[in-house]
Amino acid sequence: MNGFVDGYLIPGVILIAQSLLVLVLLLVSIAFILLADRKIWAAVQMRRGPNVVGPFGLLQSFADLLKFVFKEPVIPSGANKGIFLLAPLVTVTLALAGWAVIPFNAGWVIANINVGILYLLAISSLGVYGIIMGGWASNSKYPFLSSLRAAAQMVSYEVSIGFVLVGVLLCVGSLNISDVVLSQQTGLGTKIGLPGSFLDWHFVPLFPLFIIFFISALAETNRPPFDLVEAESELVAGFMSEYGSTPYMMFMLGEYASICLMCAMTTILFLGGWLPPFNFAPFTWVPGIVWFALKLLLCFFMFAMVKAFVPRYRYDQLMRLGWKVFLPISLGMVVVVAAVLQIMGWAP
Amino acid sequence: MIIHTLFFYLFSAITLASGLMVISARNPVHSVLFLILAFFNAAGLFVLLGAEFLAMLLVVVYVGAVAVLFLFVVMMLDVDFVELRQGFLQYLPVGALVGVVLLAELLIGLSGWTFAPEAIATATSPIPNPAEISNTAAIGRLLYTHYIFFFQVAGFVLLVAMIGAIVLTLRHKPKVKRQVIADQVSRSQKVDMHAVKPGQGV
Repeated sequence: MNGFVDGYLIPGVILIAQSLLVLVLLLVSIAFILLADRKIWAAVQMRRGPNVVGPFGLLQSFADLLKFVFKEPVIPSGANKGIFLLAPLVTVTLALAGWAVIPFNAGWVIANINVGILYLLAISSLGVYGIIMGGWASNSKYPFLSSLRAAAQMVSYEVSIGFVLVGVLLCVGSLNISDVVLSQQTGLGTKIGLPGSFLDWHFVPLFPLFIIFFISALAETNRPPFDLVEAESELVAGFMSEYGSTPYMMFMLGEYASICLMCAMTTILFLGGWLPPFNFAPFTWVPGIVWFALKLLLCFFMFAMVKAFVPRYRYDQLMRLGWKVFLPISLGMVVVVAAVLQIMGWAP
Repeated sequence: MIIHTLFFYLFSAITLASGLMVISARNPVHSVLFLILAFFNAAGLFVLLGAEFLAMLLVVVYVGAVAVLFLFVVMMLDVDFVELRQGFLQYLPVGALVGVVLLAELLIGLSGWTFAPEAIATATSPIPNPAEISNTAAIGRLLYTHYIFFFQVAGFVLLVAMIGAIVLTLRHKPKVKRQVIADQVSRSQKVDMHAVKPGQGV
């Protein structure tokens, strides 16, 4: 019995406490990130954005939350009820599940598993199910068209994301996410006499992959300019047309959680995770989690800016970009990176 | 160990139950969703075995890509359920035959070393110690070092299949106007800018 308490009960309680802490902090952050998205968008268009609820509109997201929760959920009579309600749950669960393997600081990770990168790839590729199920279960034309688009779009861009990951992992030599970050302590900067600086991070030598990953992440999370899944000028509101109140809010929450997850992935793969940009005094005083959060917010700022000033792609252009531009470039980069590592003897 | 066993029974029970639901669900979309659940729980079983790389691969490849395309196709089908029921007895013998063949092959495969004693050497070849080498590296060593020839041949077969599928389905219609991105990007102002006087046109 003692073995049960020490072996299962205490670690289990600690694990649940950690997960709850991450979950709560994440949800609160997402509330403000959602507001930031709207504010940035508004600023680009020279509007004020939400500015009524709380100082500078800071509490807008919480007001929206209350509004959604107290509304009556409407389920269309022809809808497939079970799947209709399951779809937003799937979206939000998967988007939050990915955070289990994200290291916020050295050792600050819930599950430090060996195949962390593959886990993230798997979780992000499952995100499409929420959309497909929601679109199909709505039993309505536009949501259905939207879910067909989603299936094709997300499967296409996963391919280039996969090859970008291969390129990065060739330089790392491990699938563990903490190892990916730690491998960015030495690199180009160390060779030119700035050890531990931001020049060591992967985005410098793998710059083309960084750009491809960023754009593919936009497509994978259905952000503008690739938001063909909910193109309002063609499909009403896409797969969410029939949704309202809490189920709609869960779709929205899942969408932003997966956007933040993609930003965290960009941070970890290319921007050195929790590592400070310079390895000397004032920068090393700042805790790693602050650097992680700052880099994540920088990525999100780029996501938000792209939404504000890039027009939506046409569907065939989207497919062309994925299959005819990104796939050959990322495939070629894998070959080039592997060759350089092998010839120069840098392979880990 | 208790928790391990509990999770084993949980995952295998859900796998079996959802496998049963795949063939008995009335709605084909539900069938595919149950198939996905079965894949997912099989991945859970792989994790319990310590084969986390295979587990993730199963989720990425089968759940993330193959099942999405399944769902894609099944959702677009207009299935008449009454008609579907009618053919059930007619196809039962064929289905039973396929099932029997599969079962026989499984049994032969599992008891292979009684028929081919030399197969024991492969079955008992030393498994690397999991403490020394992660199973990702072990699988990589097996595929890309020991069995590289078979791996390449399998790749070629897939390539041939892919090219074959493209050759069979690609049709070039002569009068269709296509967008040539390179032409658009490389056009100069000279070609497209005209100073048009009002009332006269180009």
